[in-house]
Amino acid sequence: MSASGARSTAQLVEGVVHQDLPSVAQALSLVEDTRPEARSQAVELTAACHALSRGSGHRIGVTGPPGVGKSSLLNRLVQAYRAGGQSVGVLAIDPSSPRSGGALLGDRARMMIDADDPHVFVRSMASGGQLGGLSRAAGAAVDVLSAGYDVVFVETTGVGQSETDVEHVTDSVVLVIQPASGDVLQFIKSGIVEIPDLFVVNKADLGAVASRAVSELKAALRIADRGHDPNAVLSVSAADGAGVDGLVAALRAHREGLQAGGQLLRRRCEKTAQWALRLLERDSWQRRLSDLGGTTAVLARLQAAADAGQSAIEAVSAIAAD
Amino acid sequence: MRTYSGHSTPAASNALYRKNLARGQTGLSVAFDLPTQTGYDADHVLAQGEVGRTGVPVCHLGDMRALFDGLDLGEMNTSMTINATAVWLFALYAACAEEQGSALSALRGTTQNDIIKEYLSRGTYVFPPAPSLRLTADLILFTVEHAPDFNPINICSYHLQEAGATAEQEVAYALTTAIAVLDTVRARGVEGPQLTRVFGRLSFFVNSGIRFVEEVCKLRAFAALWDRLGKERYGIEDARSRRFRYGVQVNSLGLTEAQPENNIARIVLEMLGVTLSKDARARAIQLPAWNEALGLPRPWDQQLSLRAQQILALETDLLEYPDIFEGSTVIGQKTAAIAERAWAEVEGILSHGGAVAAVENGTIKEALVAENAARIARIERGEQTIVGVNQFTESAESPLTEGGGAESILRLDPAAEAEQRERLEAFKKARDEAAVARAIDALTRAAQGSDNMVPVSIAAARAGVTTGEWGKALRGVFGEFRAPTGIGGAATPDLGSSYEPVRKKVAALAQSLGRRPKFLIGKPGLDGHSNGAEQIALRARDAGFEVVYEGIRNAPEAIAHAAAQEAVHVVGLSILSGSHMALVADTMAALKRLGAGRVPVVVGGIIPDADVRALKEAGVAAVYTPKDFQIANILDDLVGVVRQANA
Repeated sequence: MSASGARSTAQLVEGVVHQDLPSVAQALSLVEDTRPEARSQAVELTAACHALSRGSGHRIGVTGPPGVGKSSLLNRLVQAYRAGGQSVGVLAIDPSSPRSGGALLGDRARMMIDADDPHVFVRSMASGGQLGGLSRAAGAAVDVLSAGYDVVFVETTGVGQSETDVEHVTDSVVLVIQPASGDVLQFIKSGIVEIPDLFVVNKADLGAVASRAVSELKAALRIADRGHDPNAVLSVSAADGAGVDGLVAALRAHREGLQAGGQLLRRRCEKTAQWALRLLERDSWQRRLSDLGGTTAVLARLQAAADAGQSAIEAVSAIAAD
Repeated sequence: MRTYSGHSTPAASNALYRKNLARGQTGLSVAFDLPTQTGYDADHVLAQGEVGRTGVPVCHLGDMRALFDGLDLGEMNTSMTINATAVWLFALYAACAEEQGSALSALRGTTQNDIIKEYLSRGTYVFPPAPSLRLTADLILFTVEHAPDFNPINICSYHLQEAGATAEQEVAYALTTAIAVLDTVRARGVEGPQLTRVFGRLSFFVNSGIRFVEEVCKLRAFAALWDRLGKERYGIEDARSRRFRYGVQVNSLGLTEAQPENNIARIVLEMLGVTLSKDARARAIQLPAWNEALGLPRPWDQQLSLRAQQILALETDLLEYPDIFEGSTVIGQKTAAIAERAWAEVEGILSHGGAVAAVENGTIKEALVAENAARIARIERGEQTIVGVNQFTESAESPLTEGGGAESILRLDPAAEAEQRERLEAFKKARDEAAVARAIDALTRAAQGSDNMVPVSIAAARAGVTTGEWGKALRGVFGEFRAPTGIGGAATPDLGSSYEPVRKKVAALAQSLGRRPKFLIGKPGLDGHSNGAEQIALRARDAGFEVVYEGIRNAPEAIAHAAAQEAVHVVGLSILSGSHMALVADTMAALKRLGAGRVPVVVGGIIPDADVRALKEAGVAAVYTPKDFQIANILDDLVGVVRQANA
């Protein structure tokens, strides 16, 4: 942070709790900041925010393949929660370009955000890294937003790692798919059936194809037999809003179920540990890479090995023996 | 022969029309301002700075009366570039003609009424596709019955080429649009002779680019495919009704800001593509003005374009011959090749649900964005020559643009917007509010039901309902739509190593900032021309920026709000409507209010030199115009802007 406009950790926390826009924006930038001098303040800030929201609020992951209408549905969900008087934070994650490290953060385009409503905060973030999962900053950003807002959504495009990562930073995960797209089949094959708590077939306005997708999905869940409630499959239309109230009710019921069973905090702690493990894995991986001379150097070695006719496993075991 | 015109106020546009008719123009082509095209009155917050800019504002029947004062609508042929609100502007036109004593059946002219290309390129859509197509069909069905000489729809492939389409794509996407419209009409029980009449009323608005031999073939292919579609899909037996009827505006995308006088040669050559072949000759031609890339053309600039058409038609021997390509194997083969590829594309789109599905899921938009990205890359690499831009850039001092060209474009009267608002207020004071309320109620109920919206809109026009009130009533029932931006899924050309230097600079900047530089690209106001914003967004991503792009039509306040929440390092505003002064000032003021006043703002668009200076004095960090065609240089410059702001 440059000198002017920088706030102390206490000021930032105070600002976040009061949904002060510049404070929330700056806090989220701080958790993204990779400079060593920013890291200790970021840890301090995240710790304070984490403590503030430990047993409260509702963190909801919204995931699914590209083009199924997640942003439009999210738009409806934000409106529904606002109508119920709850404040809402949104973290919209888009993939980083592996080629340039840049990213197109396009989700705001499909959302109609009311600039006059101080109780909604939407932040876009690039997934970063090579693995396609959530960035280190994403988990911290959820903590920051949870300290300021009643309900926090994390939207990810369900490709690769982000689908499983989002589970670690949220209480409820909603998988959104669309009818007649092969999504149901993909979903059954992908084996991620354990992760979502709710399954939403969007575009109910399409009629028969949508209801067919719902029954296929229910059948798939029965076969998978992972203890999913058949009521966990819902049909909505982000286009006309049909079914959105039902989805909100189901989300609330899911959270209340966790709370009543005393599992909310337990689950959060377990998830925090899982997320920490994930971060640790990455850290160790990064450290190992840098011990070996950094990505470019390692890649050069691997390339040389490949050019010499070695298989990937051979090349890696040679490096591991170092 | 006509020029697309209208600006400032209805009275000023009326004077212009009379002058153009006196100069030999044979019909009128009305340009409406963006608020009118998107269903807002001049006093709406989104209309600020836009009133009377790109065309004439028409808020109510009083404006329509002033626009056509002294012009007999029973005699006139009027082409109206109006889409989302076509039903409404037709209603005002019909009500005005009725007051003049003309019968509906006497009306001649055209409403553009093609919503699909608005989602893909031009950006003045309002409602979601389904209710929009219903309005399209309402107007077609009404006019076929009551105003049989009126062309209720003019399907535009023009704007698709402007957005980057190849010849094949231009033909294919326009045909799938026609299919979406005709299928909608047919689903309402229209068949037999009535379907033949509807088919026969459909006309097209086509683009013609500088590769004019290809354009000749494109139009011959277009005509052949249209004939085939009529016969095969809709069973139209009457060959005359299957004739491909089209008008043309030649290409604007290729007009340059550098050495603008070269555009005169381009315009004339582009005109040849749509006139040489008698079998595929345009019914009507509109030519842009040589200085379009500089700002708004003056009457003299428009006269020059009109004269070019008159010389071709009246001095040359072109019109004395039958089709001069009859029997040409070169033209025949090229035509067949375009037709074949275009038809394959049509079938591909139909097999995935047709034009509406392709709009909703963004596939066509993505293809256009990708094609345009490839075109720009060819120009940047010098593989595609643009004379005066990437070759032969040296130039003698031009007497046409002396003193930076401030005098070579039209300057609008800044008081016109306020006057329009005053007239709106006065009009509202004088009307019968109870009648207006009843008319709006009737509009709402008709929209909720399935009755044709045209008669109820004509009644509302008579009662004194305004454009904004009509738009609001229908928005309330149909909802508002935001089309996909197309950039998320668009394939970008391989930039090779040419982006390595700027990528390195961005990476170094990211190191010193602590996170990747974040760049918000905003399109404030109502302008829907998003080519530039899309291409900059893609390239900035490819250079390593994190790019927030929210699509078209955002209020300055909303853009500033997003910039503040996203904590971006730089805000880029893209504006091509000429409303840059007001919109940039509003956005900067809003940034300040939200505590983000230190975030640098850059501006891109068609911006005259004098305004560039004024913007910089007002604190804008940099201004980019069409002559900055090397996007890498712009991005390199942005790195410097961000670095300086964070020093």
